[in-house]
Amino acid sequence: MQTLISPFVSHSLRLAPPLPRNSLLNNYHQASPIRLSSHFSTTSLRLFNSGAAAAASRDSEMTTEDGKDPRIAKIASSIRVIPDFPKPGIMFQDITTLLLDTEAFKDTIALFVERYQGRGISVVAGVEARGFIFGPPIALAIGAKFVPMRKPKKLPGKVISEEYSLEYGTDKMEMHVGAVEPGERAIIIDDLIATGGTLAAAIRLLERVGVKIVECACVIELPELKGKEKLGDAPLFVLVSSA
Amino acid sequence: MFAAENGLKGDPRLEAISAAIRVVPNFPKKGIMFQDITTLLLDHKAFKHTIDIFVDRYKDMHISVVAGVEARGFMFGPSIALAIGAKFIPLRKPGKLPGKVISESYELEYGHDRLEMHVGAVEPRERVIIIDDLVATGGTLSAAISLMESQGAEVVECACVIGLPEVKGQHKLKGKPLYVLVEPSGLDELC
Repeated sequence: MQTLISPFVSHSLRLAPPLPRNSLLNNYHQASPIRLSSHFSTTSLRLFNSGAAAAASRDSEMTTEDGKDPRIAKIASSIRVIPDFPKPGIMFQDITTLLLDTEAFKDTIALFVERYQGRGISVVAGVEARGFIFGPPIALAIGAKFVPMRKPKKLPGKVISEEYSLEYGTDKMEMHVGAVEPGERAIIIDDLIATGGTLAAAIRLLERVGVKIVECACVIELPELKGKEKLGDAPLFVLVSSA
Repeated sequence: MFAAENGLKGDPRLEAISAAIRVVPNFPKKGIMFQDITTLLLDHKAFKHTIDIFVDRYKDMHISVVAGVEARGFMFGPSIALAIGAKFIPLRKPGKLPGKVISESYELEYGHDRLEMHVGAVEPRERVIIIDDLVATGGTLSAAISLMESQGAEVVECACVIGLPEVKGQHKLKGKPLYVLVEPSGLDELC
């Protein structure tokens, strides 16, 4: 097993034997095609194989890992799909089952750490709340600070805020004043990119204070929602694409 | 119990952790000296110390589950889980978890709230630690303990970065041990 992980993680990570596959996953076998709402084509969850683009992954705008990486398949299969949540027609990508799979969770973090270590990234920004699960382990492993991007009124100190659109209405995202400094290099983490509205708000917040967005990173993308188009110049990196 | 009373007395890491926590007066309302851990997360060394102390404590205790209370428990729990080879289970506010859930009510200063966990996330007889950034009255942690015990799991310990004075001297919460790294910063500034 590759250990392209910083000393902190490799010291602390005991490669404990994987626990038995959590029984929650037995009812959500990913190999069979998933029936989706009219918004989506009726294809099963598949890996996005960027083929030759993987070789130039650092330079291309949006990349996923080479489909042949065995870690990706395991990660994809550990994600549970819940139909009609939060409302009818939505096939919700549930990463809590990934968090129950110690190997898959470890591999998820390792894939991001391998990509971002040694690139002078001093800020990992995580979007509330599932970005808080993936961001801090990455930040610790690459020697960066972790900055939570939160819903309104959660952060206690002075904040800057950015409004973004929801399907109906708007919401606000906030960041502490002084958390980041001009010229810092950042990645933004969330579990999933759908329409891209949340990530776009996070980008705006960080750019307002002079931070350079190296990349947005998510475990899952729903490509048909074209979230990538909202990210401007910021590249997008995802592990699993759910079409 | 506080870490300093349990083998870590004089450990300079505790000093660094305490110093990295910012106090925000009168948040969320007048009279509350809010313990802001976001500044700890900005201090890579101090954040790493925090995780290391918890990992050193739990790595040989055969813990298979780290449960974190939304949302600040999410910032500490997963790194500990990864390092000790345990699963991470998020304990969430109502309506957030997509699958079948069990829930437990707990008291707020005014009113109630609920904490939810996915059915099937934890299995009977698993050994669990529950993580949050801070323990005040212990109401949230008690609800978390109830959720775990309802599934037949064993809560080995609750662990928090900060413990308010109410818990000082109390080694146990709902019969379960409580482990806390530091007391709140800056209380002497409240006049």
